[in-house]
Amino acid sequence: MGRPPIPEKSGEISVRLETRHLLDRSFSGLGFVAIFFMAASLVVILLPIIVKGLSAYLFTGTIEFREAMNDQFDHGDRAAVQAEARLAEQARQPLYDCLTAFADGQSKQLDRLTAIAQGMAAREDSLGRSVARKMRRFDPQAPFSSQLKTLQGVYDRAAANRGAVDVVDELAEMNTILAGLSTLNEKVEAFEHALSELLGPLPGQTPPRLLRSQYGQTRWDRALIKQRQFLFEEEWVHPPDGAPSYIKETPRIEHFRGTALEPAFALIEHDLESMLRPKFTFYWRFLTDTSKDANFFGGIWAEVLGTFYLTLGAMLFAVPMGVIAAIYLCEYAKPSRFISFLRTCISTLAGVPSIVFGLFGLAFFLNTLEVSHNKSVLAGSMTLALMILPTIIRASEEAILAVPQTYKEAALGLGAGRWHTVLTVVLPASLPGILTGIVISMGRAAGETAPIIFTAAVSVGQPLSIFKAFSQPTPALPWNIYNLCTEHEAVNELRHVQFGMVFTLVAMVLILNLSAIILRAKVSKKLRG
Amino acid sequence: MDTNASTDTIKMKAMSQFSDDLDQPADIGPGEAHVSARDFSVFYGDFEAVKKLNADFAKGRVTAIIGPSGCGKSTFLRSINRMNDLIPVASTGGQLIFDKLNIYDPRIDVVSLRCRIGMVFQKPNPFPKSIYDNVAYGPRLQGIKKRAQLDDIVEKSLRRAAIWKESKDRLKENALGMSGGQQQRLCIARALAVQPEILLMDEPTSALDPKSTSRIEDLIAELRGGYTIIIVTHNMQQAARVSDQTAFMYEGDLIEFGSTRKLFTNPTEKQTEEYITGRFG
Repeated sequence: MGRPPIPEKSGEISVRLETRHLLDRSFSGLGFVAIFFMAASLVVILLPIIVKGLSAYLFTGTIEFREAMNDQFDHGDRAAVQAEARLAEQARQPLYDCLTAFADGQSKQLDRLTAIAQGMAAREDSLGRSVARKMRRFDPQAPFSSQLKTLQGVYDRAAANRGAVDVVDELAEMNTILAGLSTLNEKVEAFEHALSELLGPLPGQTPPRLLRSQYGQTRWDRALIKQRQFLFEEEWVHPPDGAPSYIKETPRIEHFRGTALEPAFALIEHDLESMLRPKFTFYWRFLTDTSKDANFFGGIWAEVLGTFYLTLGAMLFAVPMGVIAAIYLCEYAKPSRFISFLRTCISTLAGVPSIVFGLFGLAFFLNTLEVSHNKSVLAGSMTLALMILPTIIRASEEAILAVPQTYKEAALGLGAGRWHTVLTVVLPASLPGILTGIVISMGRAAGETAPIIFTAAVSVGQPLSIFKAFSQPTPALPWNIYNLCTEHEAVNELRHVQFGMVFTLVAMVLILNLSAIILRAKVSKKLRG
Repeated sequence: MDTNASTDTIKMKAMSQFSDDLDQPADIGPGEAHVSARDFSVFYGDFEAVKKLNADFAKGRVTAIIGPSGCGKSTFLRSINRMNDLIPVASTGGQLIFDKLNIYDPRIDVVSLRCRIGMVFQKPNPFPKSIYDNVAYGPRLQGIKKRAQLDDIVEKSLRRAAIWKESKDRLKENALGMSGGQQQRLCIARALAVQPEILLMDEPTSALDPKSTSRIEDLIAELRGGYTIIIVTHNMQQAARVSDQTAFMYEGDLIEFGSTRKLFTNPTEKQTEEYITGRFG
């Protein structure tokens, strides 16, 4: 910077000038920093939501996913999926062979036990009679563990009998086999559970009731977690000295050394890919599919539709009421104490917590007015409308007051009545401001949970037709996000659905806002000429 | 030119300056009264802005109201079509006769009154709509819906306001895209479209540049005869150029009212003379 152009008094003036520049610069610096932090925090908040939320739509799906889609939603090519399922079945065969071999070995040992027991039952003394009584209950068709239990009972009875001295050898053999089988039995059950979680029901197993147990892992990322849970047994360790408890992981294979199941671990560790056949999947139908088995399968259409109905319904109630109220307050009401009291009430209403609106909606719309027999979209919309009404009134009032007085004078001067002036001049000119209020409150209505808990929302439900919306409750994104994150029985298994819902809600609100902003820009452009 | 005893040099100069602008016929009679004020007062709360005014505004003539700021001339003008109703504290006294009825008679329908007494405001105030819609606003209010009829009214009004040439190719464009002078002529066209009998103009050129001002003045000259025009202006040359009769107001009182030529060349009142010669105001 050169010398100031005024040489006289230059000292005094240049100091002031520099101070001014410094102030200017520090203010713009502060402004820049503030904007930077705002943008950064927005990115920090939104980026994980977008990335994790997209994983509900874009992920690596397994053959189990494609089978489930095919069976339950009729998506995909049936023949191709079945062909692929056969390939996966072939890859799993060695594993299932291990299981069969192991089961054979176990049943042989069981047969030996049965033979010993029946040998003892054939004796004519009290031992024989006692064992025979016990053996009458033995059912060779019963599950393995109950057979084992019966035989354990036989052994206990026989060992307690006075005649046991004659069968010491048989009893000793029985004891060894029983000990081996029963320690392993618990481990085998855990093994089979972990395996069926990973790959779906095992061959020969009775088909499970729950849909989620009828299929293995549908997503490769979840499959890898289940793979680890299969390979390692988790156990809580509680140290005796009062130190914090911790989870100890032990390789499951340790229990099965030397058994027929030992090779299964290597197969799961190395051949899982060919068993599940992971493939990149773009599941856009996540948006338009209904959910099955409490969001384990399918998408979020019911929730999306519910949110849409609730938001739209709230707008249908709140926008006309809010705008008319604002017109009354600005154009018709004569300034009085009552009017200023009304204004205070509106401002206060804007600050009332949303849960209070929720309870009010329950008490007033459902219990007093009985707009529907149970929770319904209608009651929820009305409650949401009440909540956003103050925002819309306030924004509309400001927009109407900002319309230049000259417009009104012009209209009145041309012979327009008050109502005509409002309709033809004031409202068109204040439309951008009113739209801003609508945009803000629309986002709020779409995302608010508390007002709909008691009035409209259910955790599980089908997408509603528009006619049923008056009388039926609906799932809605904000409520189902909360429910799925906190109250679902498998919170950890469904992280992708939770983030997918959050992402969809954010995207919905952004799209709503964006379209309103574009509309607003068009209207203002038309007004500006 | 009148040369009375009280004439001084300044007055002479001022008079000659005005008399150059006087190109209308000298023999302007009082004419048939269109609006008559009888002891008419306007109050803002307790403040009397217009004090017991008595005047007849001749039919088909241009009447200018001059006076210093705050003298009540705009208040009086706006009370003729009851625009002051917008101000909650405003009230009136006396009578303002139009078509044999008091304008402030409770039986009067304000809406139809304003259709008969149009108004042009200080700042051009077209609606943020197309030029066509601006002009058609009044006729549409009166229930005219036929396209051909509206087209006809719009064209006639724009022609009468001398803005047809500039606007005929852009009737669908937003009126706010026009220049200030064009906007003001559009506002005059809009006021003419409801076919008023009286046109009130509240300093219509104060926000315009000299060229636009002279176009508006030409327009007023053209409209003269067809409409009764009452114009409030700060510009005394303008008053002298466009009006047949001039009223001078000061602090709510009507000081002098008469033919423009008479008032500017030979004012009866001392205050008028001082004002038009620039001694105060």
